[in-house]
Amino acid sequence: MTSRVWGIVLDSFGKILLPGLTVTIPLTILSFTFAIIIALVTAMVQFANVKVLRKIARFYIWIIRGTPLLVQLYIVFYGLANVGILLKPFPAAVIVFSINEGAYAAETIRASLESIPVGQLEAGYCVGMSYMQTIRRIVLPQAFKTAFPSLFNSLIAMTKNTSLAANITVTEMFMVTQRIVARTYEQLALYLEVALIYLIFSTILTYVQKWGEKKLNITEKSEV
Amino acid sequence: MAMLSVKGVKKSFGDLKVIRDINIDVNKGEVLSILGPSGSGKTTLLRCINFLEIADEGKMIFDGVEYDMHNATKKQISELRKHTGFVFQSYNLFLNKTAIQNVTEGLIIGRKMPKDKAMKIGLDALDKVGMLDRKDFYPHQLSGGQQQRVAIARALATNPKIIYFDEPTSALDPELTGEVLQVIKKLSDEGMTMVIVTHEINFARTVSTDVILMEDGYIVERNTAKEFFDDPKEQRTREFLQMITNTLGED
Repeated sequence: MTSRVWGIVLDSFGKILLPGLTVTIPLTILSFTFAIIIALVTAMVQFANVKVLRKIARFYIWIIRGTPLLVQLYIVFYGLANVGILLKPFPAAVIVFSINEGAYAAETIRASLESIPVGQLEAGYCVGMSYMQTIRRIVLPQAFKTAFPSLFNSLIAMTKNTSLAANITVTEMFMVTQRIVARTYEQLALYLEVALIYLIFSTILTYVQKWGEKKLNITEKSEV
Repeated sequence: MAMLSVKGVKKSFGDLKVIRDINIDVNKGEVLSILGPSGSGKTTLLRCINFLEIADEGKMIFDGVEYDMHNATKKQISELRKHTGFVFQSYNLFLNKTAIQNVTEGLIIGRKMPKDKAMKIGLDALDKVGMLDRKDFYPHQLSGGQQQRVAIARALATNPKIIYFDEPTSALDPELTGEVLQVIKKLSDEGMTMVIVTHEINFARTVSTDVILMEDGYIVERNTAKEFFDDPKEQRTREFLQMITNTLGED
């Protein structure tokens, strides 16, 4: 690479990283938090077999998993404008990412809940605890441990998927990179550079996951 | 009056009639063992009495309160369970809780008892089953026999009026059954009211006041422990005891 390219790459690093810290990370954290809340509710109404809500949950998952994330972003940001619902780019992105990830995480959590032996619930009843008490104190903590690696996987995926928000004018890392490319025409170097920054983010998250799993594994079966 | 009185229980799973009209009375301080071949309905009966299964029909009077075994409300069931203990074949200790947490959970969360009071009761209960030195161990760090003893402590801690045991030693290696049976024997000596579904004939003989033989969803015979084993009324009981003794002899 020429020194001109090196100059551009070095000069751009801070410019790309900054929206990474101020937009990509907040967008991911907010969206993932809402997604988990949506997922918990969606998983619980199915697990507890709540009549009508259960059907609504299945319908929601069917719609969201059956349509592309990018299309969902377009519908919410550009499409809803046609019926008078004008959303700012960042909130629109948070809404779409939360609802999208909520559907996937709901399935992860539901599967983990179902993997807990029914005897754990029965033991809760037999020591005088209610259904919700047993779910909250006994079943969910165990299910969370099972779900944790998958959920963390989704978090890493979401961190990278936020680059799609550039399509609805959110000035996150990828959008900023594209703007620098438009000025300098150094596609390869700059796209590799932003890829590297995503890789750094993901790598940090991978270490956090390892640490988290270790923490959770205190009660894990080691032998037997 | 009987502590527990069950009348006309029936339960089917699909076409399979598991319990076909059973009546049982258990007096205070009595230890009733239920014997019978696999699939005779013993476990289902026990589960129906604590509403882990909902019977198709039946009435129950427990400690003076009447329950419809098919149509009891959630509130009635949870009130009833505050006065009963249940020990499972597979222990079912809370896997995310230590031994002492397993014992105090029902007190602190289920009964809103202050933590220090619950802790005191919990430690006493663990001491009683000889598990005090393992109080901070998680279930996976304990042997089957130790887990079952913690499970018994968990049932004891809630100060139940009756404890139901569902084959408490069936999942254990033979060398571990002794420690669990000893604990149950101790409870029986102290006058705890208990209903025990078991395959351990010798244990049933020493611990029980009364014994029932169940088969195909019926009660074949109910008798005092001594009569049941030494001079049973029914030919079928004789055959059953003969068969069990033979099997044991071959071991």
